[in-house]
Amino acid sequence: MVKFYQDLSISHKQIVWAWVFLAVPLIFYVTIRFYPTANAIILSFQSWNLLGPRTWAGMENYIKLWNDPVFWKVFRNTFVYLLIGTPVSLVISFTIAFHLDKLRFMHGLIRALYFLPFMTSAVAMAWVWRWFYQPVPIGLFNNFLASFGISQIAFLNSTTNALPSILAPAVWAGLGFQIIIFMAGLRAIPQTYYEAARIDGVSGWTILTEITLPLLKPTIVFLVVLSSIGFLRIFDQVYNMTLLDPGGPLNSTKPLVLMIYDTAFNAFDMGYAAAQTVVLFTVLLIVSLVQLRILRDR
Amino acid sequence: MNKMRKWILGATLVGSLGFGGAGSALAVEIEYWQYFYDARVKAMEKLIENFEAANPDITVKTTHFPYADYRTKVAAAIPAGQGPDVVQLFYGWLNDYVEARLIQPLPADVFPLEQIETEFFPMVAAMRQGDAYMALPTAVRSLALFYNERLFKEAGIENPPANLDELVEIAKKLTKRDAAGNLTQVGITTGMTAQDHHWFREVLVRQFGGDPYSDDYTKVNYTNDAGLAALKFYTGLEKEHGVTAVGFMDEPQAAFKAGRAGMHIDGSFRIGSLDKTRGLKWGVAELPEGPTGTKSNYSSYWVNGITTKAQGEKYDAAVKFMQYLTSDEAMQIWLETVGELPAKPSAALTDKNVKDPVYGPFISGLGYAHTTKFANESAQRQAMMDMVQRTALEGQALRDSLEQAAAEEQKVLDDYYD
Repeated sequence: MVKFYQDLSISHKQIVWAWVFLAVPLIFYVTIRFYPTANAIILSFQSWNLLGPRTWAGMENYIKLWNDPVFWKVFRNTFVYLLIGTPVSLVISFTIAFHLDKLRFMHGLIRALYFLPFMTSAVAMAWVWRWFYQPVPIGLFNNFLASFGISQIAFLNSTTNALPSILAPAVWAGLGFQIIIFMAGLRAIPQTYYEAARIDGVSGWTILTEITLPLLKPTIVFLVVLSSIGFLRIFDQVYNMTLLDPGGPLNSTKPLVLMIYDTAFNAFDMGYAAAQTVVLFTVLLIVSLVQLRILRDR
Repeated sequence: MNKMRKWILGATLVGSLGFGGAGSALAVEIEYWQYFYDARVKAMEKLIENFEAANPDITVKTTHFPYADYRTKVAAAIPAGQGPDVVQLFYGWLNDYVEARLIQPLPADVFPLEQIETEFFPMVAAMRQGDAYMALPTAVRSLALFYNERLFKEAGIENPPANLDELVEIAKKLTKRDAAGNLTQVGITTGMTAQDHHWFREVLVRQFGGDPYSDDYTKVNYTNDAGLAALKFYTGLEKEHGVTAVGFMDEPQAAFKAGRAGMHIDGSFRIGSLDKTRGLKWGVAELPEGPTGTKSNYSSYWVNGITTKAQGEKYDAAVKFMQYLTSDEAMQIWLETVGELPAKPSAALTDKNVKDPVYGPFISGLGYAHTTKFANESAQRQAMMDMVQRTALEGQALRDSLEQAAAEEQKVLDDYYD
């Protein structure tokens, strides 16, 4: 072995060393990511309660999933989180970033204030919002409404209001990060384009739609993909805000990840949970690939 | 590890040289696991202290986890051989562990069958598999009605309700609303998320003439007039009488602790945390009787069992520890520290305990309590929760909602027992 190494040319030795260094993250990835992933895919065809041995179940878990009404409801919820959450958060964060970019007065402080929620623990935030949403006599919002004689709003104890109520703090928490990325994107656009536009006397709207947005495309692609993955995997906010009836009322806020958690750690039906995970993985993969394709090509 | 090996080597040497006196001088260390709950941890520390004083050659190492992770941690560790020698499990989980051969039966010479059957409360029989007991509890829990003495006095009520009609009447007197009609104080707390699903199944359904399950808890049996009457009574508290609201102050025990609820049904394990609430004066009464005078209660318990990891001298030490954990002395300590009731009538039904104003009602409840055999408690609770929510939020008819809940719960049972 040593002899073999000594006989190599310098460039070959460099390649060997390159591989040695590359092997560290590679081995790490294979053991920490790929092995469990493969294991989960195998497990989705098995039946296991964590205690006894695993037994083969064939397609049983997937058939059960297909026939489970809760799964379809949860599937729908997950896409509602995605389809409302991503566009709303991107529009808000772009608007803020766009105006914040032009602002000089207390710029740093305001930016920090927007970024603050992103650094706060999602659990703590969810509990504070849960308190805000409570009915009279403890809820902040409802107490406020009641003091003006306006009837209470059932924020969380409603099948229609609960999902938007949970989504709102989730969007708010992610804004800071998106604003920072948008601002970096805005700063990266060369000023010469704007100067040229101004000389031509183009309107602000045209500058926005013809120069700023097209040149922000890489930033937008990045944020769309990242926030989509985030909303498809939403868990902390939902779990903590509906802790007593996770994903409730009547499963109206339950996302896929929470259903997986429930199946795995309350029902201890690991195979079924793995099947759900494989579905989530597939959905994430397809959504990300489609978004990359649509947003990247012209 | 190395340090321990040296220490054991040292201990062996000392032992073989004859300094150890009679019997084994080899210090055996066994590991005990339970979930974290301040009072339970304190009680266990006291028990271990007493046990180690009586058995100087055995040391017990305890580990506890937050309740949220406990079940998963135990389920992951024991099959891997990394877990404890003696473990505390919820009675409803034991079947899975026995089936997976992770729990050893208690030795018949130390824990004879007849002796257990005569000494313990009858609900412990659920721990019997064939001719052996797999695990035994130190304490059991039952439900009772907590009431706020200050609010009772304020409303001029002298005694807690003896039956369900009185419950409604008293609750009406205790309910307060602001000018806009918003509830600011409830007569009684409700919420299937807490203990109410037990109250509904094992108490209300029985009191209205039903039997919640048949065939040893494998078949749902409340889709009849009794079940409907029970559901009508339960949902009527909010809908008809307006003495409560689901989700008032987020959770029932919070509303009661804050002095915003007149009455609250909860388990004996709540005593400890209510005791620490400053400014709250509360009393305990037995659960109100049904329309025909039926008394019922729900009882649950945590058991201690010996895992298959304990072998040889560790097994012997584990058996000794189990013996102590199921002794009258341990049960009394557990009662006084945690507020959970002794699992043996001999320890529970002492004059002092029965007459105790706090423990008394719970202990009386044990005499007529039922223990639900859950296949998946959280899923079965979910069915109850959704049943009430459907009638409240979606306006579903009571009977339809009851039938849907029964179908959902039956599916959980079928999935488990198939």
